[in-house]
Amino acid sequence: MFRRSIASKVWIGGLLATGGLCGCAPHIPPDALAMRAQSLEWRQRSTRRFFTTDEKQILAASAGSLQDLGFTIDNTRSELGLIVASKDRTAVEGGQVAGKVVMAIVFRADVPIDRNQKFRASVVTHPSGNEIAVRVTFQRIVWNDRNEVSKLELLDDPKMYQEFFEKLSQAVFLEAHQI
Amino acid sequence: MTRSGAGVGLYCLCVCAVPACQSSKAELLKADASAVKLRSIQTRAFDTTDKTATLRTAMATLQDLGFVIDSADDVIGTVSATKLDRYALRMTVTVRPRGTTQLLVRANAQFGLRAVEDPQPYQQFFDALGKAMFLAAQEVD
Repeated sequence: MFRRSIASKVWIGGLLATGGLCGCAPHIPPDALAMRAQSLEWRQRSTRRFFTTDEKQILAASAGSLQDLGFTIDNTRSELGLIVASKDRTAVEGGQVAGKVVMAIVFRADVPIDRNQKFRASVVTHPSGNEIAVRVTFQRIVWNDRNEVSKLELLDDPKMYQEFFEKLSQAVFLEAHQI
Repeated sequence: MTRSGAGVGLYCLCVCAVPACQSSKAELLKADASAVKLRSIQTRAFDTTDKTATLRTAMATLQDLGFVIDSADDVIGTVSATKLDRYALRMTVTVRPRGTTQLLVRANAQFGLRAVEDPQPYQQFFDALGKAMFLAAQEVD
């Protein structure tokens, strides 16, 4: 756990040191910490409610779902209903590779392409009456073949969240039946 | 003096003698704003004593704002999170008791390589947190 925690801090430090994709923009965007009109929709999309009062069971099922997806758990705090996880995968896309080859042949230009990526997820549970709300947020960092950060983004595609919650529903069932 | 010798001399002048080139280690204890001013900007008091609920609400608010939570600790009362949106914004929220009826919530943020010391983003964060807590965020002297 300690080693994972250190590793987590190392990537955050590296990211901040590169200044992300805005090294030349020293000031925080004016709306970076402001609630937006679409915040409610975003909250609904990233939240699923389960009719249970067993928060520990929901947390265990969430950890199981993340493991099913290949994530490793970086940090947990069950008293606050928190699980933090990440996974590193390739970011190579066929279209980019083809584009790189074409640019090299036609213009003799070396165009960088995405090489690897880190996905991060945090699951937060929130008990309310007879139900527990589970909220997940995903983000990713992509590095290109020059080892530069090429993308820093929140993943907000509704399909991703829908699919995660479908897997979580299955995991809650499996957990309840101790499978 | 040879050409290479002149180059070395010029380099030493830049490294050692030019005041603007002072050691980057000085950044460790450097703060652009005074501690009192910073605390005033970054801290609000809330009329509640439920530390765990406040931490949970802080996590929910950070998620509303597009952050992914990095870590949290209910004993010490901290939550750290990172927002990626073509930039990297890291934030820590701490919660501690103030007297017997209030909690002090302090937030500090780092945008890229700089500390965020502008009051406006913190005001926006505490507005969002106050609404989520159904409590008014009170400025602290």
